[in-house]
Amino acid sequence: MSAPGATLPIQTFRLHNGLLLTLSADRTAPIVAVNLWYHVGSANEREGRTGFAHLFEHMLFQGSEHVAANEHFELIQRAGGTLNGSTWLDRTNYFETVPSHQLELALWLEADRMGRLLPAMTQGKLDTQRDVVKNERRWSVDNQPYGSWWERLPALCFPPSHPFHHSLMGSMEDLSAASLEDVAAFFRAYYTPDNAVLSIAGDIDENETRLLVNRHFGSIPRGNGRPPLASMEVSPTFGGWLRGLVEDDVAVARVFVACRTPIFGSDDYYAASTMAAMLGTGRGSRLHKSLVRERQLASAATAFTFDLAKGSDLLVVDTTARPGISAEALEQGIVDVLDELRLHGPRPGELDRVLAQMETEFVTSMQSAGDRAEQLSRFATYYGDPTLLNDQVARYRAVSDDSVRGLASARLGPDNRASLVYVPRSDEGAA
Amino acid sequence: MSASVVDRPLPGPSRPYRFPRFERISLSNGLELIIAPVRRLPLVTVRFVLDAGARHEARELAGVASLSADALAEGTRRLDAGALAEQFERLGGSLSSYATWDATHLRTTVLSSRLESALTLLTEVLRTPAFVPREVERLQQERLAELLELKTEPRGLADERFASSLYKRSSRLSIQEGGSERTVRQLTVENCHAWHANQFVPGVTALVIAGDVDVDSVVRLANDRLGDWKAAESPSPVVDDGPAREHPSLRLLDRPGAPQTELRLGHVGLRRSHPDYFDVVVMNAILGGVFNSRINLNLRERNAFTYGAFSSYEWRRDAAPFLVSTAVATPVTAAAIREVMVELERMQVGLPSADEVALSTSYLDGVFPIRFETTAAIASALATLRTLQLANDFYDTYRDRIRSVTRKGVARAAQQHIHLDRLQVLAVGGRAQVEPMLGDLELGPVSLIGDDDE
Repeated sequence: MSAPGATLPIQTFRLHNGLLLTLSADRTAPIVAVNLWYHVGSANEREGRTGFAHLFEHMLFQGSEHVAANEHFELIQRAGGTLNGSTWLDRTNYFETVPSHQLELALWLEADRMGRLLPAMTQGKLDTQRDVVKNERRWSVDNQPYGSWWERLPALCFPPSHPFHHSLMGSMEDLSAASLEDVAAFFRAYYTPDNAVLSIAGDIDENETRLLVNRHFGSIPRGNGRPPLASMEVSPTFGGWLRGLVEDDVAVARVFVACRTPIFGSDDYYAASTMAAMLGTGRGSRLHKSLVRERQLASAATAFTFDLAKGSDLLVVDTTARPGISAEALEQGIVDVLDELRLHGPRPGELDRVLAQMETEFVTSMQSAGDRAEQLSRFATYYGDPTLLNDQVARYRAVSDDSVRGLASARLGPDNRASLVYVPRSDEGAA
Repeated sequence: MSASVVDRPLPGPSRPYRFPRFERISLSNGLELIIAPVRRLPLVTVRFVLDAGARHEARELAGVASLSADALAEGTRRLDAGALAEQFERLGGSLSSYATWDATHLRTTVLSSRLESALTLLTEVLRTPAFVPREVERLQQERLAELLELKTEPRGLADERFASSLYKRSSRLSIQEGGSERTVRQLTVENCHAWHANQFVPGVTALVIAGDVDVDSVVRLANDRLGDWKAAESPSPVVDDGPAREHPSLRLLDRPGAPQTELRLGHVGLRRSHPDYFDVVVMNAILGGVFNSRINLNLRERNAFTYGAFSSYEWRRDAAPFLVSTAVATPVTAAAIREVMVELERMQVGLPSADEVALSTSYLDGVFPIRFETTAAIASALATLRTLQLANDFYDTYRDRIRSVTRKGVARAAQQHIHLDRLQVLAVGGRAQVEPMLGDLELGPVSLIGDDDE
């Protein structure tokens, strides 16, 4: 069982050097997406080098043996393509969507930096990107109301020894300490074909593309194995109610409540994801209905899963208080909504409505070559099997009222909550 | 084993691409149907677009378009807010309704088997909103909360204050799109009813459908659901889009201790109907549109002042802002302003290199098909075609027209459409550090502005 018309043709190959290649052809438009996931993220950073995985991502746009600094951007844009990269807790991705006759250019660029990055690295480039990243930190975290939530929440939810605990963006101090030796060591350890997945989706001939990939990537040597990570395992619940309070330059309170939930891709993940949608996707969701419309405690209320594939996932409720509403009142409102679902389970018809929305959303996202390639890389990286993408609708449809009820009862209680609360600085007076 | 070197590859032959075919059909009451059959996945995007945006509002009622559009989602005469949301969810969709400067939009995307139910429901929302006082007042309070939050959000604050400050106080354009604290506070449910009664008429409405549908059945369905909607006149607005000042200005909004300064530099740009559109689009790409633009390479890659710097012309019916936007480390605030001014001046002197023009035109030409991968993007492009009164062949000729922009055309666009003699600069940052640096910029005295929104 799959979504109507949305079963993708998927071919998977492994090159001699360990690179996993995934192809999905769709020739309706002359567009192709190239998506490369390296299985490395902030979790792999060593002590004293927080933020390095992300700084390193910036360095990958500073050229390689046959490509000048910023030429990667220039060549792809000149070819009529879009591109970027992003760093996450446990992966870093690089992606281009280009007119299909420019596919080989994108492959050549990715291969040059996978195989031959280090000759282009200089102290000057590192110093510039370090300053750019420090400005990125100021822009996205330090000069942004509530901007620190996405480093404070993982810090609250994972113990200090856990690889997901520390800041992905990193501290200014650690960014200052990063050296060219760090760049070389990180590259050799993690940017190897056997630690990467290459997905290509769109207007391709599978056989030709396979040959092209072999030509460009085939001779890049395999790595020496990734350095081991500290254990990712955590217990299924926090075993209590964790709390973090932040006084910030904000006008109104904002309250996050996180719960540990089953990891991305596991059977129970689909129940957790469905539960998050019941709680907080759209105007028909429980949080919106209760906190925004009926009780008017919040001006916005949503819930989502982080989609972490190791250790534990997090289901996160995110609400912004109406002016004059205290953080305590808002948190109690969230707890009321969580308890209602935990104690009474889904209402009649609720599950069907949520699943219908998810199905449309899934089919909608499969229209974009870039989204298809990204999802293929995700399943290939975490589970070694990109064809799992074709099972997604069926796995959501297998969610039942009972599975949601069971999961809500096990995971939404007071023994599994972490509250992160932002309040206006007291010297500015409460709103 | 060492990696073998393969030469930089050349592109293969490109495959043709055409923007999807579409038909425009008018019903007898003046409502227009724009239908694009796209049969790739079983999906359809349904949207209404009405010439009823913030530009159509009286200045004193600023915000009524947004408030009314938001309130459309809060119930019809038949269905309350909760029931309406559930109806959309049952169809696997969700209703999005919002107003921009030029238009009010309602849209949803569903599996194409549910087209009829989705169109029926969307029509009910369009024609018979309830505007329940409790819900409208709540949305009004939420908008006021948003305006309060904006005061602590430097990026959004800089965007809004800069755009509003470009226009004369008497113009509707001197108040942000969704209205100011003062005007929003004054709005009533009666204003929403009156807005709906006067502005929501078939003659200013288009129904846009893109996806797995056939034209004949959509026409039949639209006639059945919308054919009896009575034609009526709607008032045309008079919008003053002239600049507030004919001289440069330098403003500072104090945020004590801010780690960065948000900078906006620019002025009132030009109307979308201006014949120089394509030259200006390419000129802007070179100046600050693509990653390797002059401004980004200077401020980010050469000077490391910022995470990013870009320029843009906003395209609307009225002359909308042209601006350079960036956030820089506090100590380099004045240096960053100076570098942006250097780039604006340099753009007006001599010709851009052939290579720069080629980079920007081949980028804009090449990404064209990538912009229209989804039914939602195609429907949105068709709504734009109608709202901005573009020619029917606009998307079919776009790539040729971009490719035919010349170095001379770019230079002329820079000379005619960048106005250093009325450059407006806004800095949102720490006054104690920033103000002393600004004196040497030859932009006149620094005026301090408060965080009030009018």
